[in-house]
Amino acid sequence: MNQMQNFTKGFFKENPILVLVLGTCPTLATTSSALNGMGMGIATTFVLIGSNVVIALLSNLIPDKVRIPAFIVVIASFVTIVDLIMQAYVPSLYEALGIFIPLIVVNCIILGRAEAYASKNSVWSSFVDGAGMGLGFTMALGILGAVREIIGSGSIFGYKFIQGDGVLVFILAPGAFIVLGYMIALINRIRRT
Amino acid sequence: MEYVLIIISAVLINNVVLAQFLGVCPFLGVSNKVNTALGMAGAVTFVIVLATIATYLIQTYVLDKLGIGFMQTITFILVIAALVQMVEIILKKISQPLYQALGIFLPLITTNCAVLGGRILVIKKDYNLLEGVVYGASTAIGFGLALIILAGIREQLELVNVPKGMKGVPVSLVIAGILALAFMGFTGIVK
Repeated sequence: MNQMQNFTKGFFKENPILVLVLGTCPTLATTSSALNGMGMGIATTFVLIGSNVVIALLSNLIPDKVRIPAFIVVIASFVTIVDLIMQAYVPSLYEALGIFIPLIVVNCIILGRAEAYASKNSVWSSFVDGAGMGLGFTMALGILGAVREIIGSGSIFGYKFIQGDGVLVFILAPGAFIVLGYMIALINRIRRT
Repeated sequence: MEYVLIIISAVLINNVVLAQFLGVCPFLGVSNKVNTALGMAGAVTFVIVLATIATYLIQTYVLDKLGIGFMQTITFILVIAALVQMVEIILKKISQPLYQALGIFLPLITTNCAVLGGRILVIKKDYNLLEGVVYGASTAIGFGLALIILAGIREQLELVNVPKGMKGVPVSLVIAGILALAFMGFTGIVK
């Protein structure tokens, strides 16, 4: 597989949310608007690239038996970095995402890529893999957030273009489950044909 | 009375899975059968109560004392991972039947957001140790409740002809959405 395919597999063929259905907690919780969803996606992408690169570098040094705790420490360090940076520079987004920033640690996508990819491949491939997967995740979160924001409040990225209140339930918890359910069904349908 | 409010609020109104989106992965993953759902709910409750005590003590006596609050994420996840391992080893030694019932679910619990997220919330909400434990146990019960309801529905679903593309995860998500709508009916019981 060349690097281009390696990069693009995260968008459609192995999209972490829509195809592999990993990391559903932040996906549902942070997509009440397109901007929040994409903010979460970018934060996760940063952690994913960082942890993939460091784990690929260290893969020969980490003993096989303690690899999972070691991976978790690397991931948690990057999450702490992201947490502090966001607190300092984008306080409003930090408030909106709240507890889901420290929870990037337990996002299955990151540990999954570390275990399945970065620990077995070169640093550069792991970087490309992390970037592709992360951006695929960001894209899915952006779309989900946009759909919920358009239906729920008639606006996109905060610009209101439909007058009136919108269907509030799409911004609340039930809407998240239902929209994601139909999005995955749609992708299943497309993939099959 | 305070404790009753914490319990009602955590189980029904702010249900961890259906309102706060914590622990959605195992919620979708192990809700095929009611029996496995019960096992998972038991294991989660067990770990959450222990983890609440451990993380609370560490936060109060180590992180706050030394002024290194920024280490919270790393410390908590390591404590939880170690705790899960320890519980697994102890259970294997002292109670074989319990180990067989909960054993396979234990490794999954480390990456359950409800465990880490709930522990961070206990610190954020400034609960004391007892309130924290009650809150933790109630969130675990709320998680178990949602899991068992979904498992019950999915067992029935096997008899129904679901459209091809909707099979598996999508239909579970839509059902979860409807469950979340139902749980929204509890809003306002406790102010």
